[in-house]
Amino acid sequence: MAEVAPAAAASEVQASGARPGRVSGIVRAALRWAGVLPFGAYVALGLAAPTVAIAISAFQDSNTNAATLSNMDAAVHGTYFTGLQNSIELSIVCAVVPGIFGLLVAYAIFTAKRGSALRRVVVTASGVFANFGGVPLAFLFIASLSTTGVVTGWLKDISSADIWNPSALYNVNGIFLAYLYFQVPLMVLIILPALEGLRPAWREAAQNMGASTWQYWRYVGGPVLLPSFLGCLLLLFGSSFSAYATAEALTGGTVALTSVQIGALLNGNVIAAQENLGYALALIMIVIIVIVMVIYTVLQRRAARWLR
Amino acid sequence: MATVASAEQAGTRVPKPAVRRRTWPVWRWMVLVIAALYFGIPLYAGLKFAGLKAFTQVTSYPQFGSSFVLSLRLALIATVLTLVLMVPTTVYVHLRLPRIRRVMEAITILPIVIPPIALIIGVLKVAPGFLISTPDLLGLEYVILAMPFAYRSLDSGLRSFDAKTLVEAANSLGAGWPATLWRVVIPNLRTAMLSATVLTVALVLGEYTMASLDNFQTFPVWIVNFEQNSGNVSVAASLLALFVTWLLLMLIVTLGGRRARKHGGAEVALFSVATRQTTQTAGEAE
Repeated sequence: MAEVAPAAAASEVQASGARPGRVSGIVRAALRWAGVLPFGAYVALGLAAPTVAIAISAFQDSNTNAATLSNMDAAVHGTYFTGLQNSIELSIVCAVVPGIFGLLVAYAIFTAKRGSALRRVVVTASGVFANFGGVPLAFLFIASLSTTGVVTGWLKDISSADIWNPSALYNVNGIFLAYLYFQVPLMVLIILPALEGLRPAWREAAQNMGASTWQYWRYVGGPVLLPSFLGCLLLLFGSSFSAYATAEALTGGTVALTSVQIGALLNGNVIAAQENLGYALALIMIVIIVIVMVIYTVLQRRAARWLR
Repeated sequence: MATVASAEQAGTRVPKPAVRRRTWPVWRWMVLVIAALYFGIPLYAGLKFAGLKAFTQVTSYPQFGSSFVLSLRLALIATVLTLVLMVPTTVYVHLRLPRIRRVMEAITILPIVIPPIALIIGVLKVAPGFLISTPDLLGLEYVILAMPFAYRSLDSGLRSFDAKTLVEAANSLGAGWPATLWRVVIPNLRTAMLSATVLTVALVLGEYTMASLDNFQTFPVWIVNFEQNSGNVSVAASLLALFVTWLLLMLIVTLGGRRARKHGGAEVALFSVATRQTTQTAGEAE
């Protein structure tokens, strides 16, 4: 459609009313792109420019602006390396565990009737928790599991020994527990469409040929769902890797996670000499996310082969 | 309930409820009960921890009012800009440049995957001074954050009716582009625009990362800052925020669902980053 072939051009002329011809063809092509210009400009200013700025600042000295690798060097050593390690480990666990549990919940919902109350409540609740939970979530967990928390009280009543150590809420374990709260709903929302793509006819065909439930999932449902499932795990990884609000509100910025460290470096109360270290960390985050998204795109394309 | 997907199956086969019913409920109810406990207990704990008094106290703090008004103002800016920018763009791409739909999908998924903490520090680096000094910069940036939701709602809205034919009909009857957009396309996109709006509003009301790095006291930032004074009030405010958002979304999904059943349109999608539409486009291209 890009090459304005005479026939194609003629059919498109009707809308604009212009006469076909080489010059007007070029003009029209330019006009066609003009329609997405405002959007393109907005994205360039609001998304591309900041990203480029991060990439440049990451390689500049905080004081002199001279080109340097010292920020990147500092970003992959010491506490910042620990932060990266923690972030990646936490995100892997926070992708796999909620991924599996979310799949089970989604399947339970999926087998419920479309438009039923159960489904509506779960889907909307998932929408709320998955996308907009950040800060409120941290406070729910403080209310539950902090020293004076409600659940902490229950646990004390059940057993005289402290099963739950409230200080554990304010480290990576506590964050894992809190992240589950938005990761599971997120998984439910993103895997549901894939489940809906599984055609009942496949199951029937398998049953007609005498396949057991296990065989159906092993040879038909599982392989069809696998690329989507892995793709969803990658999105979950990205989601917990990027998360900042919950960890920050829960721990007050004391935990060694990359996103929290960036916040601490650039939150106004910075040691000026380290400002660009924050940009270096941000650049590393973006690079990791880009790698994850490339793999995700490949998996999506594989998933598309069967689920359409 | 006994069948896997009642609508599709009804036509092809007589369902055998007895077979299904025996195998499903045990694990299904177990999963749902565990989920209900995991999600219900913190909510209950929050209610109990805050105490009823905290809920009445929340609104009496002056900063509650100012931070909430600021959040509402940002929500308004972001929503209006999102609709003004995204509706014409999405319609235009759908009708005139369908081959760049995949590019649009790729671009509009970026704000979800680029960590907001990284994005905002980049924004603060490049934004001109007159914008940095006002919270409205946040409103402008929330348009970017809302883009994934807005684009996907609108795109699936456009797929739910035959936009191309309607627009051609309008044009051949002599309607210009503005009239076509306003009087033909937008009325058909009402549900999609509604869900884009609600998602944007909910997103802005809950956004913490960017606002805190930009040092403006929006509602979520106030909740966190206020914890030092009174943990109960912060918990109460959190619960209020969650429930209000939830109610809003319930309302939209119910209204959208009713509309969809009546007019045969699309159901309201809440989070459609990895929807079937995405895979469908990929499939079409092959």
